[in-house]
Amino acid sequence: MFQIRFHGRGGQGVVTAAEMLSVAAFDEGRFAQAFPSFGSERTGAPVVSFCRIDSRPIRSREPVLKPDALIIQDVTLIHQVDVFAGLSSEGYVLINTSKSVDELGLGDFLGTFHRERLLTCPATELALEHLGRPLPNAVLLGGFAALTSQVTLESIALAIGQRFSGTTAERNVVAATAAYQLVVRAEEELERAATN
Amino acid sequence: MLQQIEGSRAVAETVARCRPEVVCAYPISPQTHIIEAIGAMVKAGELTPCEFINVESEFAAMSVSIGASAAGARAYTATASQGLLFMMEAVYNAAGLGLPIVMTLANRAIGAPINIWNDHSDAMAARDAGWIQLFAETNQEAADLHVLAFRLAEELSVPVMVCMDGFILTHAVEGIDVPEQGDVDAFLPRYEPRQVLDPAHPISIGAMVGPEAFTEVRYLSHLRQLDALELIPALAAKFALAFGRPSGGLVHSYRTDDATTVVVAMGSVLGTIKDAVDQRRALGDRVGVVGITTFRPFPFEEVRRALSGAHRVVVIEKAFSVGYGGVLAADVASATHDMSLTLHSVVAGLGGRAITQHSIESILDDAAAARLPSVTFLDLDRDIVNSERARIGERRRSGPSAENVLSDLGSVASRIG
Repeated sequence: MFQIRFHGRGGQGVVTAAEMLSVAAFDEGRFAQAFPSFGSERTGAPVVSFCRIDSRPIRSREPVLKPDALIIQDVTLIHQVDVFAGLSSEGYVLINTSKSVDELGLGDFLGTFHRERLLTCPATELALEHLGRPLPNAVLLGGFAALTSQVTLESIALAIGQRFSGTTAERNVVAATAAYQLVVRAEEELERAATN
Repeated sequence: MLQQIEGSRAVAETVARCRPEVVCAYPISPQTHIIEAIGAMVKAGELTPCEFINVESEFAAMSVSIGASAAGARAYTATASQGLLFMMEAVYNAAGLGLPIVMTLANRAIGAPINIWNDHSDAMAARDAGWIQLFAETNQEAADLHVLAFRLAEELSVPVMVCMDGFILTHAVEGIDVPEQGDVDAFLPRYEPRQVLDPAHPISIGAMVGPEAFTEVRYLSHLRQLDALELIPALAAKFALAFGRPSGGLVHSYRTDDATTVVVAMGSVLGTIKDAVDQRRALGDRVGVVGITTFRPFPFEEVRRALSGAHRVVVIEKAFSVGYGGVLAADVASATHDMSLTLHSVVAGLGGRAITQHSIESILDDAAAARLPSVTFLDLDRDIVNSERARIGERRRSGPSAENVLSDLGSVASRIG
């Protein structure tokens, strides 16, 4: 089983992101479950959602306490919410920011993880460029596909197409593809730095 | 066709395929998505003939459902929590009149303190109302149970409540095979009311009944519920044949064959419990699970049979009777009163508190070590409780407990789950 936890703020499409990822995994013939951790949501309040992907039926209904991957849609949450709680040292992290991981001030914390599995992606900037709105959720799924290889970019694009229609879907796919390419490039750079 | 969709969406589509003629509901979390979807289908002409009636309250929603059902229409509604309490007088009337209304209950806690999250307090509040109460373990079952519910309700002329965990199921997106229209049509015959208000053949429904016959009319309701204990397994068998998957029934056992410890529960928590049981089985523990699908009427015989090999029974339930203890545990105790077993009541998941596999396994450890009390509140924060108890002891005007506890707890925005 591969478990993903999404952190973001009300209005950023945190719940929709988990749903779309589950649809992408489902379209690839796997079992998937997505659900929100609902509070009395308000725009801007911290929101958490969850997604599980497995090759067999998923029975658990507990929240994702030990995620294999984190998608952090709002970087300001890393100093407000215990977003890294339960993340294994083998885990993946994708943070929505135009800064680099080193610039985030996470310090020694990073040492316990695989460096190449902690990446940032300027999803809000990509969303503004392609959608004209600061909605990073679908964009980050493109980055997630590149980072974890849990689903393909094609499946993400299909899932976006099932959730949105017309130009909204098309532009989200373009932005998600751009995020995918940025993450692939970032991974290549890290690999080059490691071999040098 | 298997689709990756939200539980509420699947229930709405399934209810639509049951061809209700009147849907009247008032929105309340976490039921809202079901009603919104059905409303949209009626407006778009996808569900026809059907009238979606907007009303000002849950009391009106059930009252309109009663009127519609008495006039011979297949009637459906849905609610949760305070909404159910607000309609309660009419809920009892629907059952007392023997009208086969089907209602989804998106299980949610009852205030005060106000809480929108999941537990089974609302279903328990309606336990004695005379409705058949079915509990869904998964969203597939939540969808399927509605097809079974209409058939069951109409064959017996008894209202049926389909209970599904709020948020945990209603808002979860997973693979669900929404029953096909043709299959539903073949399984669910046209509604032939046992009693109907028809201007051509005038009758009255809802007579005042005095001491001379009230007991008999009530006893007839009891007999109809007992008939359901026969009909529910028969319909579940027919459903499995027609749809190619099991759904419904009275109770379901999982890995209980040689189990000495058996966990009993209802609803979606059964999935997490099964994961915990598999984990313990791998370590050699002889543990199993019994899921109660039909809570009212209570299947005494089936529960006895399912627990016949157990030495220890742990009932995990999402509600309790204040000043008493677990409600389901009391029923299980009653069913097994002459059996030699130790029964534990574990109250869990109140107001949306997550029930984790880790906590379930801790309970199983405590039970195995004979250190589990007869009534336990899972993951109870004793420090918080003690601090408020001390405050109450110290001064007269100690203030409201809910606010005091929140103040002791501090910010919870940083917590997960």
